[in-house]
Amino acid sequence: MTKALSIQSITAHYGTTKVLEDLSLEVAEGELVSLLGASGCGKTTTLRLVAGFLQPTSGRIQLGGVDLTRLPAHRRDIGLVFQNYALFPHMSVADNVGFGLKQRGVAPAEKTKRVAAMLERVGLAHLASRLPGELSGGQKQRVALARALVIEPPLLMFDEPLSNLDAKLRVDMRVEIRQLQRANGTTSVYVTHDQEEAFSISDRVAIMHAGRIMQLDTPETLYQRPANAFVARFVGFENLIPMRVVERDGAKITAEAAGGVRLTLGLEQFGAIPDSFTLACRADGLVASPDLAMEGIPATLGLRTYLGRAYQYQCDTPAGPLLANGPLTRPLEMGGQAKLVPVPEQCTILAAETA
Amino acid sequence: MTQKLHPALIGFTVLVFIFLIGPLIIVVGSALSDTTHLTFPPQGLSLRWFANIFEIAAFRRTIITSLQIAFLSTFIALLIGIPAAYALNRYRIQLPGWLATLFVLPVLVPELVLGFALLKNVAVQFNTPIFLTLVFGHSLLVLPYVVRVISASLASFDFSVEEAAISLGAPPLRTFFTILLPNVRSGVIAAFILAFITSINDVSISIFLTGPGISTLPIQLLAHMEQFFDPTVASVSVLLMVLTVGVMAIVERTLGLTFLAK
Repeated sequence: MTKALSIQSITAHYGTTKVLEDLSLEVAEGELVSLLGASGCGKTTTLRLVAGFLQPTSGRIQLGGVDLTRLPAHRRDIGLVFQNYALFPHMSVADNVGFGLKQRGVAPAEKTKRVAAMLERVGLAHLASRLPGELSGGQKQRVALARALVIEPPLLMFDEPLSNLDAKLRVDMRVEIRQLQRANGTTSVYVTHDQEEAFSISDRVAIMHAGRIMQLDTPETLYQRPANAFVARFVGFENLIPMRVVERDGAKITAEAAGGVRLTLGLEQFGAIPDSFTLACRADGLVASPDLAMEGIPATLGLRTYLGRAYQYQCDTPAGPLLANGPLTRPLEMGGQAKLVPVPEQCTILAAETA
Repeated sequence: MTQKLHPALIGFTVLVFIFLIGPLIIVVGSALSDTTHLTFPPQGLSLRWFANIFEIAAFRRTIITSLQIAFLSTFIALLIGIPAAYALNRYRIQLPGWLATLFVLPVLVPELVLGFALLKNVAVQFNTPIFLTLVFGHSLLVLPYVVRVISASLASFDFSVEEAAISLGAPPLRTFFTILLPNVRSGVIAAFILAFITSINDVSISIFLTGPGISTLPIQLLAHMEQFFDPTVASVSVLLMVLTVGVMAIVERTLGLTFLAK
């Protein structure tokens, strides 16, 4: 039943405003891909294009090899889960779930059986005759999920499905969604602005910005090896230090940042290093050390904040302001001097961008 | 937990109720009077002025005409108004802002002017049948109410519900009837009642458009009053009230007056 989704060079406009530019995305059969980004990045537009509520200016959308681009929305056979649940307020839970089956002309007896089985799976069998207005947010979202799943769609799409739930329930529900999705092996597209949510449940995540996919990769790769400065900042690399290689010596290179700051980096850690690059590290990967003899970035320590797992320092360096962490056992004085030492395992190299 | 009410508030509430209900009591009372002129309180009790309405052929005819016009014009206004209100709300962002105002404009034009304009530019110009012109005029009169009331109930409608239905395989038209309409039913009922009452009580437009052989009940009442000053006036008024309440009751029975609770 389930099939691969292929979005090919989609461009879309709202009036004269271009909202998507030449966007391509392949979602393999049974895979869950998240579209992650801030509001206005085009993630919801992409979903609505696939659902058929919007028409692309150019490009093609295929599902299991069949071209959907010109097919009306009601014939696309896609299960949708909305942020605000979008349950039919005048229908009981069972009728909500059965609506799609009814449209498909499934016989009443068969319909009743499948609805009951689906409600059982999402744990709502006892609420079948309730109206949506009598349910809690989490229950509503379960009904919405059951309603989308019961038609056994080749593609499931989620539009910020958990945004209206409280934090605890969000975590429970996303696990539940992932379990149901994996059990059915349904190809899925999941739109969210919540990084933790996207990373925790996706096979791959597309980080979007200004109508483009900035990087499409597994959560692990995105988190550890962002491809560009935008993604690096997005996944929490606070320090981006532009550098230039001044000396290559076997397995090591020496690179210089602004203000004449020099660092030695091992090639076995970073692979090939281009002449001009950006060193990216999180505050966790840049350790503030009082030992001024160490190799590192000389810094004047500014404000110290307590993070629970470490102290964090706002640092002033010749290479610009940086954020570094230091161990709890040894709080450093604000206003004092220190060396900021990059931890190679927690740093990554970005090729210099023209932007 | 009881809350103490200020005596002045109670007094004021009573005054408002007297102001609202007083005229109704006087009209009903006068209609029941046994005298040949309008009096209140009634002197003697009699239903003969009600019987009198049905003895006069013109009243019998115009009651039927008024009901026909009210039903037809309300139906036409709903037929135009529901899709209009839907489009105005569904595509609020895409549509220019003045379009919604356009549907309210007929309310701004004095009804007398509207009536005269319809007489001169429709009835006389195209020599349209009187009955049709009346239905047309009344449809125009009640359309703004229909659009307003249904828009109000659509304003709280979440259109992603419609998209959910479409994504589950319901074609757009079926979605409109099975998903959208049931959810704005209260608005449709409210619009129906408001339009019906407005039409059946209208004088300003009807006075221009009625003609030989065809008149509405309020116009016939006006004609009657010019000659007689008997309690028939009051009894016809009571009849109009009863008709209105009757229609509301039927609508309530068949569709449910849930809009009062919403």
